[in-house]
Amino acid sequence: MFVFRLLLKNAFRHRLRTLLTMVGLVVAISAFGLLRTIVDAWYAGVDATSSTRLITRSAISLTFPLPLNYAERIKSVEGVSGISWANWFGGVYVTERNFFAQFAVDPVSYLALYPEFKLDEADKQAFLRDRQGAVVGRKLAAKFGWKVGDSIALRGTIYPGTWRFTIRGIYQGADAKTDEQQMFIHWQRLADGIRARVAAGSSPIKADYVGVYVVRIHNPDDAPLVSQRIDALFKNSLAETLTETEKAFQLGFVSMSEAILLAVQAVSFIIILIIMAVMANTMTMTARERLAEYATLKALGFPPAFVVKLLFGESLMIALIGGGLGIALTFPLADAFVKAAGTLFPIFKVSPLTVGLQVLAAAVVGLVSAAWPAWKMSRIDIVQGLRHVA
Amino acid sequence: MSLRTVPLSYIARNLWERRVTTLLTAGGMALVVYVFATVLMMSEGIRATLVATGQPDNVMVLRKGAGAEINSGITREQTAVLTSLPQIATDGQGRQLLSREPVVLNTLPKRASGQPSNVTVRGTSEVGMLLRPQVRIVQGRMFRPGTSEIVTGTAVARGFAGAGLGETMRFAGRDWRVVGVFDASRSAFDSEVWGDSEQMMQAFRRAAYSSVAFKLADAEGFDAVKAQIEGDPRLTLEAKREVKFYAEQSEALATFIRLLGLALSIIFSIGAVVGAMITMFASVASRVGEIGTLRALGFRRSAVLSAFLGEALLLALVGGIMGLVAASLMQAVNISTVNFQTFSELAFQFRLTPSIAAQSLGFALLMGLVGGFIPAWRAARMKIVDCLRAA
Repeated sequence: MFVFRLLLKNAFRHRLRTLLTMVGLVVAISAFGLLRTIVDAWYAGVDATSSTRLITRSAISLTFPLPLNYAERIKSVEGVSGISWANWFGGVYVTERNFFAQFAVDPVSYLALYPEFKLDEADKQAFLRDRQGAVVGRKLAAKFGWKVGDSIALRGTIYPGTWRFTIRGIYQGADAKTDEQQMFIHWQRLADGIRARVAAGSSPIKADYVGVYVVRIHNPDDAPLVSQRIDALFKNSLAETLTETEKAFQLGFVSMSEAILLAVQAVSFIIILIIMAVMANTMTMTARERLAEYATLKALGFPPAFVVKLLFGESLMIALIGGGLGIALTFPLADAFVKAAGTLFPIFKVSPLTVGLQVLAAAVVGLVSAAWPAWKMSRIDIVQGLRHVA
Repeated sequence: MSLRTVPLSYIARNLWERRVTTLLTAGGMALVVYVFATVLMMSEGIRATLVATGQPDNVMVLRKGAGAEINSGITREQTAVLTSLPQIATDGQGRQLLSREPVVLNTLPKRASGQPSNVTVRGTSEVGMLLRPQVRIVQGRMFRPGTSEIVTGTAVARGFAGAGLGETMRFAGRDWRVVGVFDASRSAFDSEVWGDSEQMMQAFRRAAYSSVAFKLADAEGFDAVKAQIEGDPRLTLEAKREVKFYAEQSEALATFIRLLGLALSIIFSIGAVVGAMITMFASVASRVGEIGTLRALGFRRSAVLSAFLGEALLLALVGGIMGLVAASLMQAVNISTVNFQTFSELAFQFRLTPSIAAQSLGFALLMGLVGGFIPAWRAARMKIVDCLRAA
């Protein structure tokens, strides 16, 4: 207990310096946490996947659609228990900044495959009845202040023209992992719209085509087998398919921005290095100033290890107090960030792992910073150290 | 004798005297400057790559509102209307310098990791090559029209499986033989695969082209052509200068990276400023006696202030140069990422421009100024008597 009080007294002997160091630590540890949370948010779509769902897309790339008649053929594949389909709509609401995902889906089968989108039964029926209708996520509705019955207009980038939709329902996510910033519209509405344009001779896009098929399987262990069966069915056809688990599909998206993710991760470690340099500087100065004290302690008969312990203890204490404050600050910071980022990150949560890593980072900073001064102080010559006082 | 300034050698020697502290503080600043410079270099690299892709007298025609080539579609009938425009340049043989191009995204595995990523595959022709003088075949030869031969950009040839000279890529139900590799002078075309336009249309079963590019006979005639294309009721198309089109493609990604990087640099700089402040406070505290002596010798308060401020700035400059040198090494790195505006892979280099170097050093000096001002101010305010007594 005595040693602990000594550490505390020592740590705050040079109050300004210790406080400045702590400010640095708070900034570094909270920034580290925020950056890691941003990386996590990128992977959020992967966490929300189900192992019983497969995604079938064109073997060429996602931008190539598949014929609608594949649905019946995939359904008959052994191991498949359900099928639905979706097209990426890619509309713009007022400005490009308001980015959010819109899917044109086959409502009955799609909602059956995604039970995590919880929708009021009455709203669901209203959506099913109204082909101009749309269902939006809770967070998305809150963001733009939409209510059931509101009419909204999207400007199509893939499907030209302005499209109007009436909001018929607002869905809730089953848990925190569910994306509540999506919008679903009727696939049939899209197909009709395209068909009208094709008839007018102004559309190079074909109607009755599907972006991706979502396939439900009985047994998650069969995923590789069922995927192979589906792809074999369309091998050497006009539109070959590629089937993968929903997780692999989402990971494919994440890996596209891998270079940026790696950069963000690298940068999150750089901030730890920066604060390590600052903290090491503080500890070096502290040790240099107390040269005479440590020599006195040694002269009194304390072993060199005691001085080492004092330095490590003080460094760790400052690092952990600063780190603790930094962790506490991460949460309001993350909230503020997600507000500023708008719809960019549907899921944004500071994970327990991140907090663990923050604690670890603070501890490592504390230990590394004390290492060099501690080594030096343990080797001081008593006579020389005492002379320093004069 | 008026002693206005403390000699620089005194300032520099102070830093040298406390080498470990100087190095640690400058090291912290160097890391911040490194992040700051790298991010600006990345953003500039993306911008420069895409801007270099466009030619000033070329015009791109896309479906109205499409924004990117993969979203666009131009029917054969519409293309026929376009070819009747009088402003299109011709080459020596009277051939129109106009290229109809299907552009598709193809998900292909990378050479190193096997990870799939999106590659832009463009159907073009000999005229398409003429329209882009920055593109040169550096290995092998140009593809022959009417065959399943392709040429690949240097970044694709390097980064994707089967894309090297003499290798074969399989997509759209066919095997495509790579007969040449082209260098596009660090433009976005380096990240593309080129083949015969009509072969691509057949293989991908496309009924429409994605874009039409043509060269203007007179670069000044752009506004007239634009008005004519966009005013024609048969065409629901829009025309853009190629330079502008590609510059717009870089906007979102370059801005995103720049903003993210600047926000990070500012947050990080707090850490480094704190470090500088600690160092400068200690520097002042350990030299109270010296400050008193300097003042007693006749140096003014302003001289003391500028001496300590000069020390902080010199410290920051050392850090800034260290960071900038580290960042300049990044120029040797080739990276590629998916541009989310076009959804396709884009290879680029970090680019250090004089303006970025100046901004980075300016940022470092600003950190030194902010960190050094309060300690320097405090040093200057000390009373001579107190100083000398403390010593």
